[in-house]
Order: sequence, then structure tokens, then C-alpha cells
Amino acid sequence: MKREITYAQAILEATDQCLGNDPNVYIMGLGVTDPKGVFGTTLGLEKKYGSSRVMDMPVAENGMTGIAIGSSLVGMRPIMTHQRVDFMILSLDQLINNAAKWRYMFGGKMKVPIVIRMIIGRGWGQGPQHSQSLQALFAHIPGLKVVMPTIPYDAKGLLVSSVEDDDPVIYIEHRWLHNIFGEVPEEMYRVNIGEARTMRVGKDITIVSSSYMSLEALKAAEYLEKDGINAEVIDLRTIKPLDENTIINSVNKTGRLLVVDGAWKSFGASAEIVSIAAEKSYGKLKSAPVRVSFPDAPTPTSWALANHYYPKFIDIINATGRMFGVVDRSEKQVGISYDVPLDVPDKSFMGPF
Amino acid sequence: MDKKRSISLYDTMLKIRMVEEAIAELYPQQQIRCPVHLCIGQEAVAAGVCSNLKKDDYVMSNHRSHGHYIAKGGDIKAMMAEIYGKATGCCKGKGGSMHLVDLTVNYLGSTPIVGGTIPVATGVAFGIKLKKIKGKVAVIFLGDAATEEGVFSESLNFAALKKLPIVFVSENNLYSVYSPLSVRQPEERDNVKLAKAYGIFSDRGNGNDVEEVSRITVKAVEYARAGKGPVFLELSTYRFREHCGPNYDNDLGYRTQKEFRAWLKKCPLENYEKMLLKNGLLDERKIAAMKEKMQAEIDDAVVFAKNSPFPDIKEIMSDVYSNEVGE
Repeated sequence: MKREITYAQAILEATDQCLGNDPNVYIMGLGVTDPKGVFGTTLGLEKKYGSSRVMDMPVAENGMTGIAIGSSLVGMRPIMTHQRVDFMILSLDQLINNAAKWRYMFGGKMKVPIVIRMIIGRGWGQGPQHSQSLQALFAHIPGLKVVMPTIPYDAKGLLVSSVEDDDPVIYIEHRWLHNIFGEVPEEMYRVNIGEARTMRVGKDITIVSSSYMSLEALKAAEYLEKDGINAEVIDLRTIKPLDENTIINSVNKTGRLLVVDGAWKSFGASAEIVSIAAEKSYGKLKSAPVRVSFPDAPTPTSWALANHYYPKFIDIINATGRMFGVVDRSEKQVGISYDVPLDVPDKSFMGPF
Repeated sequence: MDKKRSISLYDTMLKIRMVEEAIAELYPQQQIRCPVHLCIGQEAVAAGVCSNLKKDDYVMSNHRSHGHYIAKGGDIKAMMAEIYGKATGCCKGKGGSMHLVDLTVNYLGSTPIVGGTIPVATGVAFGIKLKKIKGKVAVIFLGDAATEEGVFSESLNFAALKKLPIVFVSENNLYSVYSPLSVRQPEERDNVKLAKAYGIFSDRGNGNDVEEVSRITVKAVEYARAGKGPVFLELSTYRFREHCGPNYDNDLGYRTQKEFRAWLKKCPLENYEKMLLKNGLLDERKIAAMKEKMQAEIDDAVVFAKNSPFPDIKEIMSDVYSNEVGE
């Protein structure tokens, strides 16, 4: 029987194996050694590897990012964690001015092999400053790599690859993925950075998505079979460098593109993917590409508003259906009610964060 | 101080001064096409501090870094070529004057975002500690304005927390571009006391007196090297030329002629030269010979820089990533 563990356990296992495999790897971040261990992703590591390799840190995101960078210049391979993406914004100076450019601006003489893990919050009133999805911001910066695993297998394999990579890697986790189960081999393995995963093969439309939205896209794709629409779902896994070949090959086959991005629409990753299709698959497109993404507004806290803020599989179903002349489905038809909170990934999630 | 050491300090200051003056002289030719922040007037800090460092100790710095690079033993040819944007430059022409590096002497880099290298150097010291390397220190040169940055406090806090082998050297030249300390820091602020409040061994001194700088640094480096923890030093000094570029900028009126002339009288190089002459440690003939030798070295570097090829256009996309994923 194949072993199934959660996404959070997969991250923990990858971190454990990286620490065990290379004495230069260390992990630091707020709460890394506290009783909750960053949603369970660091539990037990301090006991196993000691407090000089598994450590909490001062609340000084920018300075600590610079310190992680400096240690990497003399051979260390730090993993840094942020419990929310939003806190790492304090460290954009060190990330963008130093980490991303160090190799380039010193003529390739040095490298900055650091991994910065950050978690996207959603639901339970996380609100404007605890739920931002900034993958596009990071992906815009030359010198940074950005990964966003969706399933436990990729969470582990991509973390190992990120730690072993010689460039700074932004590793983005969605809070709603931490508790999902999936098959994960026990041994240490790698998932290549820069390779998308075709989660579902189809011939009528290409749905490109990432992170938690890939699960919504899969759900929508199953439903669309009822309409005779056979959707291919591509889970990006890596945002930068983008796996253009997989996207283009699929779009060339299906002739249609829907991008589902769990982030703001304007100037985002969805815009980049649509641009690539327009540039490279122009003649193959049977209809204009469509995007499903967040409205260009901060995330509201009240569940009554958040219910309508986050796109869900019904939005994917309807956006796809419209491309084929199918009338929109009602909430009732797909089993969604906006009158109850949709702010938890599953019933086991009871807050508070 | 013994004779050999005194002459070595003078030699380093002289080298920094002559390189900077050469750049100033060449700048109007319009072949140096990047900002240059000359450290003429501040040579004693670089020379005095680095005279106490070993080759494998680490140094990092900021935008006004030529002196630190030279004092640490950085290659002059690679520096000149870098300033000229050439392929033979220390960063292959991708950095310029504000990004110097020489890994052969563990000069790990200078960058121009104010305070930007303070945490990076702290991280280098952290790396030394994590790797359990004994007897090696990191030195970070920073300006008075950098002490206003958040990362300064963040780095002092962490360095003290982990007892890191780092020496923070603040060169207080009174101005950030044209903004005097009075518009940036409260009069009561004392960075030495501030660092002490973190539990950091701290000291201050005359940054225009190379022997005093050296004396203070000996203690500081010994302390850090022994694993006792970080050190903070504040050294007062003054930049003679404009903030950025080869000229003087006193005409702008941000500092008074009176103040400028008073500091000129405290010129670290001239005063030290006078002292060495007076005490018979050097004579005019020896100084002339030293200058001649230095000028030849600088001329060589300039010829090397000018004759070197520009980087290949392919270099635009190289070194972005380790595995060159860019187009």
C-alpha cells in the first residue's frame, strides 16, 4: 500500500531529509521551534538537529533575510520561513536588491542558495494583511525562482530541489493545502524546478492554474465532462521559470486557454500566461483566452464578502462554459451557497489562523 | 608603533589617495561612465582598520568603497577595469564603482543601498559561527546615515544575540549626500552608547588619525576574533570631494567653507606624512620614490582598463541564474 501523508508532513519530511543530508542546511523563522512548529512543518527538528541548525529568530524580517544571504555567501544553505507572505514584505529590500542580484552584480563570482518559505492565508477572516498572493511580484524579479506546489508529492520534491538549488528560491505554500493528503515516497527525491504537471489530460481546453486553485480547477474539469467539455488541467508547480513548453503544447492542442490564478488580475501571473499564448500560439487559438482571478481589491475580512471575493470552481465552470456557448450554472446547481461561510478548506479547520 | 608598520599605513593611505585622484582626473574624459563616490579625506579609516586584518578575514562595504577595497588588498587593475565597464573588471562590467569584489582577499562585496550590506556581513559572521570556524572575523564599513536604517539595529541585535565575530565600523563623515546629521539624528543620539545598550563592545575615535584607528581596531578585532562577540566602532572623518563625482561641491552651500577648511587641516594623509618626516621615519626622497612606484602601478591599471575589451553582449543574460534559465 502506498503511503499517504499531508502536505505539511511532506514539508517536514523534506526539511528533515535536507538537514540530514547536508550539514550546511539550517532553518530559521518565527515559530520554527515553538510548540506548533509552523503548522507542523518544523515539529521535532530542533530536538533532532539542535538549536544551532533549527532556530527561532528575532522579529526582523529584512535584517534576518540579509543575514541568511550573508551566511549563504560562506557556504550555508538557509531555509527561512514566514507564517504569512505578508510579513516577508518587510524584507523586499534584501530579497530584491541583494539576493536576486548578488550573482549577477558581482559577475557570477558568488551564489545565494537560500530558500524562503512563505504561507498564503485564506479564510477565517485573514483579511487584507494576512492573505496576499504575491507570486507575480517575486516572479517579476530576475534572479529569483518561485515555486508553488499543490500536492504533497510536489511539496516534498520541490522543497528538496529548492534547498539544493544554487539560486534564491521563493517557496509559496497555501494554508489550505497543509492538511490535504497525498502519496509521498519516504525516500529523498526531487521534483525539478521549472516543470509543470499535467494533472488531467483533455482535448477541448487548457486550464492553467497553480497552488490551491489547481484543486478548484480539477473539480471544475470533472464537472465540465457533463457538458461534453474535456478539459486539460496544468498545475504550474513553478511560477518562475515558467514551463512555457507545457503550456504552449497544450494550448496548441486544445486551441483554448483559461488561466486560473489565485491572485489579483492586473499585471499578474495570469497576464503573463495569456501573453505567452498570444505570442506563441496565436494562430492556434479558437477563442480569446480567459482569466479567473481575484478582483483588484485587498482581501476583505468578513466571510460575507470573502465568499464572493475568492473565485471557486463554479466560476471556472461558468468561465469555461461561456467559451463553448454553455449557459451559466447557478450556485444551487453546483451545490454552493453564499449564505453560509465558505471560509474553511474542510470541516476540520476551526480557526483561529 | 614600529617603523615598518607606520610606513605600511602611510603606503596604504597614499595608494588610496592616488587612485582616487587618478579617477578624479580621468573622469572628465567621459570614459568612466558610472557614479563614483571618492573617499579622499577618509583614507585613515580604511587603512587603519584593514591593517589589523588577515587576508582571509572578510570585509564588506558600501557605495564609498574604493578605499576599503584597496586597503583590504583588492586588485587595482580589476577595480579600474570595472569602473571602465570592461570585461576584465572584478564584476565583468556588471557592477561598476559601487560594486567591488575580490574573493582572493575575501573582500566579499560592496553595494550602494544604504545599510544593505550590514545584515549580509552579519550573516557572513553568522556563517563563520555556524561552520565553527575559529579566529576569523568579518568587518562591515558603514556610514553615519546607515545607522539610521532598520537593518543596522536589526543586525546589532542579532550579532549581540549570537555573539558573532563581526566589527561594525561606522565612518561618520557628518553628511548623507547633502543632508547634515542635524536633520537626520537627534542631537542626543550617541551610536556608541546605542551599540553598548545591545551589550556590544563599543568605542569611538578620530577617524583621521590612522594610528589611532589602528590602535582602536587592534582591540576590536582581537575581541571579535577571540569569539567574545561583536564590536561597534565610530570613527569621525570628512569627505573632501563632492558626494558623487570628481569635483568639489562646497559651492552648493550645504556645508560652510569654514568647516571645510578646518577639516582640510585635519587631512589624514598630509598630517601623517608630516609626522613621519618629523620623526625621521621617512624622508622626502623615500616619499618621492613611493609615489613614483605607486603612480606607475596606477598608470598600468588605467592602461589595462582602457585597453581591455568591453563585455560580450551575451553577458547581459549570463549570471542571472546558476543554470542560465533566461533566454
